[in-house]
Amino acid sequence: MPKDQPILDTSPKVSDEVRKTTCYMCACRCGINVHMKDGKVAYIEGNRDHPVNQGVLCAKGSAGIMQVNAPSRLKAPLKRVGPRGSGEFEEISWDEALQIATDWLAPLREKHPEKLAFFTGRDQSQSFTSLWAQGFGTPNYAAHGGFCSVNMAAAGIYTMGGAFWEFGQPDWDHTKLFLLFGVAEDHDSNPIKMGIGKIKERGARMIGVNPVRSGYNAVADDWFGITPGTDGLLIMALIHELFRAGKLDLDYLARFTNASCIVNEDPKSDQNGLLLRDDDGQPLVIDKRTGQLAPWNGEGVEPDLRATHRAAGITHRPVFHLMADRFLDPQYAPDAVADRTGIPATRIKRLAADLARVAFDEEIVIDRPWTDFRGKRHDKMIGRPVSMHAMRGISAHSNGFQTCRALHTLQIILGAVETPGGMRFKPPYPKPAHAHPKPHGGVTPGGPLNGPHLGFAQGPEDLLLHEDGSAIRIDKAFTWDNPFSAHGMMHMVISNAHAGDPYKIDTLFMYMANMAWNSSMNTKAVMDMLTDTDEAGDYKIPRIIYSDAYSSEMVAFADLILPDTTYLERYDCISLLDRPICEADAVADAIRWPVVEPDRDVRGFQSVLCDLGARLGLPGFVNEDGSQKFEDYADYITNHIRRPGIGPLAGWRMGEDGIQHGRGAPNEGQLDNYIANGGFWMSHVPDEAAYYKPFNRAYQDWAVEMGFYDSPQPYLFTPYVEPLRRLQLAAEGHGRVQPPEHLRQQVQDTMDPLPIWYAPLSDSLTDTETYDVHALSQRPMAMYHSWGTQNAWLRQIHGRNPLYVPTKIWEKHGFREGDWARVTSPAGEITVPVALMAALNDHTVWTWNAIGKRKGAWALDNDAAEAKPGFLLNHLIHELLPEKGDGMRWSNSDPITGQAAWFDLRVKIEKTDPPADKQSKPDFAPQASPVGKGPDVLAWKVGT
Amino acid sequence: MTQLPTATQRKLGLVIDLDTCVGCHACVISCKGWNTENYGAPLSDLDPYGPNPHGTFLNRVHSYEVQPPDLGTGTPAPAQLIHFPKSCLHCDDAPCVTVCPTGASYKRVEDGIVLVNESDCIGCGLCAWACPYGAREKDEVEGVMKKCTLCVDRIYNENLPEVDRTPACVRTCPAGARHFGDLADPDSHVSQLVAERGGMDLMPEMGTKPVNKYLPPRPRDASQREEIDILAPFLEPVAEEPKGFLGWLDRALDALPGGKS
Repeated sequence: MPKDQPILDTSPKVSDEVRKTTCYMCACRCGINVHMKDGKVAYIEGNRDHPVNQGVLCAKGSAGIMQVNAPSRLKAPLKRVGPRGSGEFEEISWDEALQIATDWLAPLREKHPEKLAFFTGRDQSQSFTSLWAQGFGTPNYAAHGGFCSVNMAAAGIYTMGGAFWEFGQPDWDHTKLFLLFGVAEDHDSNPIKMGIGKIKERGARMIGVNPVRSGYNAVADDWFGITPGTDGLLIMALIHELFRAGKLDLDYLARFTNASCIVNEDPKSDQNGLLLRDDDGQPLVIDKRTGQLAPWNGEGVEPDLRATHRAAGITHRPVFHLMADRFLDPQYAPDAVADRTGIPATRIKRLAADLARVAFDEEIVIDRPWTDFRGKRHDKMIGRPVSMHAMRGISAHSNGFQTCRALHTLQIILGAVETPGGMRFKPPYPKPAHAHPKPHGGVTPGGPLNGPHLGFAQGPEDLLLHEDGSAIRIDKAFTWDNPFSAHGMMHMVISNAHAGDPYKIDTLFMYMANMAWNSSMNTKAVMDMLTDTDEAGDYKIPRIIYSDAYSSEMVAFADLILPDTTYLERYDCISLLDRPICEADAVADAIRWPVVEPDRDVRGFQSVLCDLGARLGLPGFVNEDGSQKFEDYADYITNHIRRPGIGPLAGWRMGEDGIQHGRGAPNEGQLDNYIANGGFWMSHVPDEAAYYKPFNRAYQDWAVEMGFYDSPQPYLFTPYVEPLRRLQLAAEGHGRVQPPEHLRQQVQDTMDPLPIWYAPLSDSLTDTETYDVHALSQRPMAMYHSWGTQNAWLRQIHGRNPLYVPTKIWEKHGFREGDWARVTSPAGEITVPVALMAALNDHTVWTWNAIGKRKGAWALDNDAAEAKPGFLLNHLIHELLPEKGDGMRWSNSDPITGQAAWFDLRVKIEKTDPPADKQSKPDFAPQASPVGKGPDVLAWKVGT
Repeated sequence: MTQLPTATQRKLGLVIDLDTCVGCHACVISCKGWNTENYGAPLSDLDPYGPNPHGTFLNRVHSYEVQPPDLGTGTPAPAQLIHFPKSCLHCDDAPCVTVCPTGASYKRVEDGIVLVNESDCIGCGLCAWACPYGAREKDEVEGVMKKCTLCVDRIYNENLPEVDRTPACVRTCPAGARHFGDLADPDSHVSQLVAERGGMDLMPEMGTKPVNKYLPPRPRDASQREEIDILAPFLEPVAEEPKGFLGWLDRALDALPGGKS
């Protein structure tokens, strides 16, 4: 060593202690190692043992340290003292806050439970918050799925028992061709990055279908810069090509899907279009061994895809024949869809050929015998190594449900679901629609709701309608407007409550949902609705209670604030009853625990609900003597029993002979067991059960043992969705529950039991020549679901959001660097900075979502870039469709699920002079900050 | 003037895969977190909640749009986006070291890591000026020059499990786009990657002999290149309408195991 080279200590102490918990910087729920020094958080890294992230961690996760010390953290309960929206509050005690809430809510529960609307946003405790709402008795509960990805989730469950993300994932270790559709740089943050890394390392290929070539699409080997809203058309064209060429997994379709089920084709029958069933209600197939009808699940039955059933002069065909009719229709030929999708027909044909080649010429065979539900022993597992992923991008359209259905159907016809190299479910999924609860809306004043709020309707009888046809729920979920709104419709709550349509409410109670800003369509109008008063001068939405950990824009609009902790200061459970952290090869759940104690007068929201629930006497929250049942959320996590032997956490339960997993009685040491194990529990799927999960006896038996269900529940994938057909039958005049006249045609047109494509609904009500540009938004990877704008490190990465404009539009308007544009939609106008992006669909502009902030929120300076040039597209998106002149309020949502159609937005772009103050428009007056402002300098070293 | 060693025993460095980097900035923040808490002064942030937040980072990801040449199809090739992580490349001929007036900057003989001895650094900024890569930043609070240390306080750290003795950015990269090792050893994982994938120096014309290497993106958009026939030909139709399709179906099912013939 040269004499001037200093001597270094290369083995410094890393930390005093490592505390392992679960990240909450987004919804991905990775395991983290929190390194502690002097009792403070010193460094956060990924937990190598954790099933979700296996040691890696994204930018958000590592920046958690800046969240725990964020100046925007709320400090104490607040009572509004200024007008709504002003942000003027006084700090009050928890006793006073809980007393106020009790005084407001108790009388409602006694007389009109439905006058409480309780909606939780990015809630990871829905199995708990829904129990609370159920106990309260209001039908008005949901989380944020309705404005996020319910189209994908519901289409997946109705079609095959699960979609992507928490439900399923590509078989990253075997897949040879991976297709990624639409904005997905969000959900399943780290697993997708890890998966892409894996397939690239193996030399497998990845194809991106997205109008914007950013993020994952930037590393795609091939990019299809599709026109927004036409993904379904492209997918239908791929299915068309595969049918036309006979590149279909016929054996798989016959055995494991309802393609072999026989459809009632008697046009005079009130069962027309439904499946023929036996006396036990089981759908029928034709058994190849006998040529006769047989139940789909009969022992040894060999379903036939081609044979038809003739009875009483009518020929009844298998679903597969109807699929051929649909998908061979020339309207779905590549040449017919090329212009609308923006993808040349030759490229569509090549992609179809590519799919077929990989699926059938490069099949994977795993020498592992297994037995299906009919008792047939298969000596091998045959894989079609084509896999896909999609989430919000193709979901957030008014044709999103059918588009997502088409995507799942594409995977099914290739035999690429639950087979090696394809899409794999994550336990406790798969779970078909009929195994989920149905929606419930039965209200009894003073008592609980008659069942879980959200679920999967099977037909018109399951809709939540009063006898007069009016909606039971404030968001009109499960009505003819959107019958399968399985996640509720949070985006309609404020608008409907303000309009008193279907009725007025008293108290709006929200958690982690920034409805006064980036989580609402039509943001300015929503702010107006929240502050609007009636003739008497009272607020039209009389009371608003809100819980958040941070000083978000929504805080200013509440009357009472219940301040939450940060994620490192609390208990949580990521439960199998909810949306767990499982992987395809393992069932797993996890906890959070307070690795640091709050230094402010804040409480975990779920613990507050335990307290409030007891004060209100809610069933499940009080003991027989009326005393508080659960001291706090940790107590609930440990001791709540959902059904015999099943609680929020599956690990370390108490059996007769000691600790056991899956089923068992509560174990007082359970949380300690989780902490000792790194914050999670995991149990591997047996090898024989690894694939074909819905059809595999070994999997079904294991699932029963684990407590997912109480008896084996094999089922068929359903490219043909009977519940949709039941809605159509009602629209044709059959049955007691009838759609209103103005919706009859929409039900007929859109609720097709086989996938279809139709243009986004707002297109027919919009002058598409004037509004000739599609406008999209997406969250950046480093901020998705991360409340990141307040984060000192992350906002240095993504602190600005220009409107990205493709070359053709850029040149047409003569834009130059530093220019601004006026962007207009039928719903509004914004003035914003522009930037050129060439790797973009010619007819599409986009921006980063939720970078723009309102002045005064998030403890940011009023001159922060987020509050000056920063902007939201939300101002251009109305929660209602443009007026049709029929006096109706038509929601800007998917007509089947009610998913908010964010991405149907069309705009007109004009160049405009940059504002002298470089302030985007609309501009809003600053809110008073209840937390003050952040420091001028940070140098955050906690160790010495 | 500060002298570089004539040779180093090892050449520790990073190999960064531009084919795989999705631009997620995980490495940026993991680096910021580790190096704020560890080696030397914390990486400070000025105006962290104001209009011009600017802090010290040892590793940043830049994104560049690239317009490839026409592929001969008559239409222009689609533009591409390249995510480009950049940190100190630990050059063999590191101009940031030789320019240092106090000897604070040095390159370690045993592993080639370029470091700043903060107690000797006067924050004059000459090294940042000399570095052609913009890889050094002055910490405005501490007044010293900061740069990638290759996590010298991790890679030998006996307080860490052996598997974690790797730079924070490599440990955290979700896509596995970052690799760490000895580029002087031709048998090392990183040298093998460079050999297999055509690993490149950044701006070799500057004569700095960087140790870090970049793996170039694989060719993109093959389906738009008419002349390259790496893909399957179009599918042959078996039918154009449902009736013909059912005829094909009869034949196809008969041909399956358990079919008629």
